[in-house]
Amino acid sequence: MKKRDPDLLLFHAPLLRQGMTTPKAMRDVLYALAPATGASLWFFGLSAILILGTCIAGAVLAEWLFANREARGESLTDASGILTGLLLGLTLPPGLPLWMAFLGGFVGIALGKVIWGGLGHNLFNPALLGRAFLLATFPIAMTTWVPAIGDGGFFHVYASNLALPFMQAQVDGVTAATPLGMLKFEQEVTPLANLMFGKTSGSLGETSGLLLLLGGVYLWLKRDLDWRIPASILLTVVVFSAALGLFDAERFPTPLFSVFSGGLLLGAIYMATDPVTSPVTPRGAWIFGIGVGVLVMLIRVFGGLPEGVMYAILLMNAATPLIDRYTQPTVFGRGAESK
Amino acid sequence: MKALNLLRRSFEHGVHPAHHKQQTADLPIQRVPFGKHYVMPLGQHIGVPAKPIVAAGERVQRGQLIAEPGGFVSTGLHSPVTGTVEEIGDFRGVDGRFAPAIAIEADPFATQQIDASAAVDWQSLSLEEFIEAVQMAGIVGMGGAAFPAHVKLSVPDGVRIRHLLINGAECEPYLTTDHRLMLERPEALLEGAEIMRQKLGAEETVIGIEMNKPDAIEIVRKHIKPGDPVRIVPLKVKYPQGAEKMMIKSVFGKEVPAGQLPRDVEVNVNNVGTIVAIADYFLRGLPLIERVVTVAGPGVTYPANLIVPLGTPVRDVVKFCGGLKPGTREIIMGGPMMGRPIASLDVPILKGCSGVLVFTEEQTARRKEYPCISCGRCLEACPYFLNPSRLARLSKSRMFDEMKAYNVFDCVECGCCTFACPSSIPIVQLIRTAKDDLTHRKEPDA
Repeated sequence: MKKRDPDLLLFHAPLLRQGMTTPKAMRDVLYALAPATGASLWFFGLSAILILGTCIAGAVLAEWLFANREARGESLTDASGILTGLLLGLTLPPGLPLWMAFLGGFVGIALGKVIWGGLGHNLFNPALLGRAFLLATFPIAMTTWVPAIGDGGFFHVYASNLALPFMQAQVDGVTAATPLGMLKFEQEVTPLANLMFGKTSGSLGETSGLLLLLGGVYLWLKRDLDWRIPASILLTVVVFSAALGLFDAERFPTPLFSVFSGGLLLGAIYMATDPVTSPVTPRGAWIFGIGVGVLVMLIRVFGGLPEGVMYAILLMNAATPLIDRYTQPTVFGRGAESK
Repeated sequence: MKALNLLRRSFEHGVHPAHHKQQTADLPIQRVPFGKHYVMPLGQHIGVPAKPIVAAGERVQRGQLIAEPGGFVSTGLHSPVTGTVEEIGDFRGVDGRFAPAIAIEADPFATQQIDASAAVDWQSLSLEEFIEAVQMAGIVGMGGAAFPAHVKLSVPDGVRIRHLLINGAECEPYLTTDHRLMLERPEALLEGAEIMRQKLGAEETVIGIEMNKPDAIEIVRKHIKPGDPVRIVPLKVKYPQGAEKMMIKSVFGKEVPAGQLPRDVEVNVNNVGTIVAIADYFLRGLPLIERVVTVAGPGVTYPANLIVPLGTPVRDVVKFCGGLKPGTREIIMGGPMMGRPIASLDVPILKGCSGVLVFTEEQTARRKEYPCISCGRCLEACPYFLNPSRLARLSKSRMFDEMKAYNVFDCVECGCCTFACPSSIPIVQLIRTAKDDLTHRKEPDA
């Protein structure tokens, strides 16, 4: 009997692929954030778990609710909703009422991602859009900072966390200004060591600079992150504050203080580098990063707010399509040298 | 100066697929026994198909001219076996289309000897005669594209070739034909190179070899006679190091301007297999009737490097290698990055076929496609510095005309972008679709 030939497929070359997939890249960012997330649990205890959890729940619920019926399960597999929720949570004050955190996650995905057409189509970083929404809607709760729990124990929950929706948020007995707030409004400088290791007040994920850097190095090693963006942001901020320091070393922050305070590291490493909302071209990445750095410093030093990372990134997000358009790479054989 | 040479030279961008060469790298080239049926398609490369000069029923000798060039961009065809012309008609080709071919039935009792006295006195030939001899010998680029070799040799007046660059990169995974040729026939390679160099009037011969073939670099270097204007440039292992414009960049640091040819930067590039074919024709009288083919991949029982007469059906080649393993899903002719899938085991081995690769479930599993997240990996992969992410988006929206502004026709379809894409978007396939549409669509009559 003649053996039948196998039915042959006609998939086009290349048949080989590298191992990285989009869900893996998303998960890598989650792993990279693990140390900083752990630090937020260490400093803020159960409150951190509650806030991060409700943010993620809000984000994932929005993703699930607005996906079409066939793609419902699928839409959650790429981990991008979880990532948005986690990133948003890490930018929130630890004492924020939980229902607000939930709303932030939900709005971030709904208005930041789903209405644009889902993953890959949004103009603005969804986590930051959610945060901007919260800051505009609940300005007091969003700028009420509590000190890290010292001896309160892990199971300490800030009372304000449990405020009911649309009721007057209970303000904790003790509040503490963030290092940037102290600098801006009280001209008080926080020691650098505290900034690096997280012994300051601030949003959940921004307090420990070193752990954020550690995650950034991991992402860089895994090639999941366009190193040009954090490099150019941080470089711009350092140069900008060094230049300011030449004018008045007393009044303006030192470069290191600028880098390690506030949400700069969190924003530069994890938010500005969101591939969807940052330029795809290498030259564009530099321009984008420099733009973010300049805007951060302008807002921090000359603006009315102590912190400007969020608005800086959102503004540059809006400029991304334009940057991409004018920074197309020079095609091989079409450069000036080959003419 | 030597130390400088050892610096790992390369073009920019590109990708690093696993080599998969260990399967066949150490296997000496074997000759496939003659089979029964052979099919020689008349068009085996771009340009004009050859014109048959034999008729059905005619007896042909191995190495006899059976079709002559049909124009300038066309080459001669020779019978790969001694036997009888069965039929001149349409046969299924590699691309699935039926195309004219000459079918030959081998004579099982013939000796299959070739008249070796036919060596050509190449030194007495003028350049024009030499070019015509290459054309009649049917010699084409053996690396995969099968571009007729004589066309590259025909340099317009005023253009000078200073460097003969021999491409021994073999950057496609799995393939080991050039590797084995360099190991087993370094003399032929250097002889062919010298013929080409003298005829082109080039100052030097440069052989570019990827550094994952240290044995080939060593052996070829040993065979270079002192004082010969030949040097070897070890190249960084990176795909597509063997794309000719990339290799020129790696070796000479020059960019061939878009839309121009290597000769415009005074270089002539030829594959190792092509150079050996030149030597075989001019020194031994053997026209292009057989070639070295790597048979490999997870679906083949005994991987091998084989000398296969042209026109041999893939079926015979695979059978010689112990057959297909169960679970075979796809067969690629050429390399896994740029080769072409074949639909039937009856298609013949062509002049440009450097490999028969048999793939199974693992390489052909459907990958879930995610939306483009603009991660930029394709931009960092594209050796031509295109924006594949943008091109793929435009192609998906069928905005083909807009793609011209993004230099879609500079794409050589090397596949780096698809390889690198974490969202499994078939980028190069989308680009190919657009190029095809732009090239072939009929504009409505004005």
